[in-house]
Amino acid sequence: MIVFSEEQAMLLDTANEFCQNQAPRSAVRDVINAGTAMDPLVWQTMVDLGWLGISIPEGYGGLGMNLADAVPIFEAMGRQLMDTPLLATTLAAQVLIQDGSEDQKSTWLHKISAGTIASVAYQESDGNWDLGAIDVALTPQASGGFTLSGTKILVPDAEVAELFIVSARHEGRPVWCLVPSESLGSSQVERETVIDETRHSYCVRFSDVLVSPDDVLPQCHLLTFEMASMMLIAAEMSGGLAGVLEVVVDYLNTRKQFDKLIGSYQALKHPTVDMLLGSELVRSTVYHAATVWRENKSASAVETAIRMAKCCASEQFSEAGDRGIQFHGGFGFTYECDAQLFLRRALWSQYQLGDERYQRQKMGSLLF
Amino acid sequence: MKPAEIDQFRAQVRAWLSDNKPADPGFLLPETFMEVGTDQQFEFLRDWQRKVFEAGYLGMSWPEAYGGGGQPQLMQEIVNQEMAAARVPFVPNTIGLNWAGPLILDMGSEADKNRYIKNILSAEDIWCQGFSEPDHGSDLGNAQVRAVKDGDEYVVNGSKIWTSLGSYAKYMILIARTSTEGPNKYAGLSFFLAPMNVTGIDPTPIKKLTGEYGFCQTYFDDARIPADCMLGQEGEGWSVAMKTLMFERGAVGGQAGGLSMMDLNINDIIELARRATRNGRPAIDDPLTRDELIKLVLEARGNALMGSKAKIPALNQTYPTAVAMSSKLRGSELKRKMTRFALSLQGANGARYISEQAMDGGKWQRSYLNSFSATIGGGTSQIQKNILGERVLGLPKS
Repeated sequence: MIVFSEEQAMLLDTANEFCQNQAPRSAVRDVINAGTAMDPLVWQTMVDLGWLGISIPEGYGGLGMNLADAVPIFEAMGRQLMDTPLLATTLAAQVLIQDGSEDQKSTWLHKISAGTIASVAYQESDGNWDLGAIDVALTPQASGGFTLSGTKILVPDAEVAELFIVSARHEGRPVWCLVPSESLGSSQVERETVIDETRHSYCVRFSDVLVSPDDVLPQCHLLTFEMASMMLIAAEMSGGLAGVLEVVVDYLNTRKQFDKLIGSYQALKHPTVDMLLGSELVRSTVYHAATVWRENKSASAVETAIRMAKCCASEQFSEAGDRGIQFHGGFGFTYECDAQLFLRRALWSQYQLGDERYQRQKMGSLLF
Repeated sequence: MKPAEIDQFRAQVRAWLSDNKPADPGFLLPETFMEVGTDQQFEFLRDWQRKVFEAGYLGMSWPEAYGGGGQPQLMQEIVNQEMAAARVPFVPNTIGLNWAGPLILDMGSEADKNRYIKNILSAEDIWCQGFSEPDHGSDLGNAQVRAVKDGDEYVVNGSKIWTSLGSYAKYMILIARTSTEGPNKYAGLSFFLAPMNVTGIDPTPIKKLTGEYGFCQTYFDDARIPADCMLGQEGEGWSVAMKTLMFERGAVGGQAGGLSMMDLNINDIIELARRATRNGRPAIDDPLTRDELIKLVLEARGNALMGSKAKIPALNQTYPTAVAMSSKLRGSELKRKMTRFALSLQGANGARYISEQAMDGGKWQRSYLNSFSATIGGGTSQIQKNILGERVLGLPKS
């Protein structure tokens, strides 16, 4: 069952309009070339719209809505291949909301609502999707504090983030700790080359960074964080899939070969219909996941719904991106063709937090 | 109805079904009315329909004056749900109950209603459908069976195909060409409630890929049918046929109800995967099999979720008809994949066929072969993709 909230309906319209105006697809390459993590004017508009505080309680300066209500925003951004620190910051806020102490929340959530950028560092270089397999270590100091050591990869927007929330191993258990960016030297944050050029991804090396006991979160629910992340990434993917479908349909309706529009050939028409049905499927699973998340029925229901969405999105978006290249023929092999932007985005997303095969593996014990 | 009344009625239906569910007949029953292949199967199912009707559980919302129950539609829906849940056999007069019956109630004369409705419900009169023709599978508007008026009769020539229950039917809803003139091919069509026991009408059973008989090719050779069995006026056949299809596809209500097929779903496949063994272990424990099974579970759940999404206009702005127009394609292809997969769960026994030694009497093998009926009938999956590409995505015609 899918329940579409009034908040979602409102945000869907606003977000579509905003993203189409602020991030026309023709400008994606300009954003890539500019190399900066964000356009300050666009960011300020998003702050003014209240998007930074969507799921942040009103007491901390937010809108007090549910994280699931943000799904239409990420879907609209994905359709335009937009990349802003909103995803990273929203997820960082989510970690604080679910696992932070009162002091930690009141210090940081106000700032985030007002536009401070934050990022969660959880992935390690072995590429393991099991977020509990952590090498980064939080070690007690004789003086009473801790030191944090180790390397995180694929940390989004690290260059502009003022706060990192880092998963670390402490006495054999995972913990979250807060690391303000001023605790890191510039040499510790290094841009990574990733397949999706719209993304701003970094390797962050923590070498004996001092962490005060006040900056260790009292709880650490890695699975909840994983589910929140996948829900939003799948929403973005749903938008991306709709976007690549649009690009393909346009081309099939304008390009002629052998005196016929290529969309009249069934060899292209039928797999494009598969793409359409894939897009409908992914959108349905994403809004179902949002429904289950909002209703918060049971942990296993939430996990099943979200893994299902991420599974379908990974499979369908990457396939649509792949076919999108092929259907553009020779043009598809060039950098100039927009299809590559979508394929690269699809691949980046597919390998965040587990591809379709991984999700199915995890779902086995949930389903049977 | 008040909630307490609903609960009470549901309990009553449940109790009746548990007392009256037919025992296993000792032979494999068909899963839909399109698969009835032997007299034994037919008689068994007709008896069952009669019993359900006599208990008052069929045509509950149809007018009492013609043999219906005169009750709220909700009661029939509860019966339908409980019949599905109890896994009782289906009631076989599907075309009468769900297509011809509502059509007659909607536009038939008083005499038509008195003559046909009660016997549809009791399965006294079985109905069949004469729409498709051998040379025009999915192109109904191009029907070529001719009906020429001669006094107070029409003389019919040509042939219809895919006539399910053709050998048992007393009446056929028939679309035939009464004129070759007019502005377009649709204008010359007329609609008949044609009697089948007429000299010159010959339903010839066709053997299916399963080895069973399940439908006929019906030949018309100077068959004379009464002119007053026409429904609507001459030349209105296309619009009456479209109305029939609305009932057939469930787009409008008014059907007599009752279970019309043994609906096989993904839970049946999961259950089989637990029971069947591959190489000495339950199939569900084999990692590769499990992965394939999960793919099918996702497809089944995905189809249900797409139906749910289709009801929210804000989420269907780009391609508003995509979900509804693809439901036949998605549903029939999923059933084909599920039943094909069901064979693979049985190890070497996947190679068996309808027999005592086969798993569940060979019903999975038969279901798989029968699944093509839905991926081919009503417009093949390939035609469905053309339609979706052209009408939903706006791609040029092939």
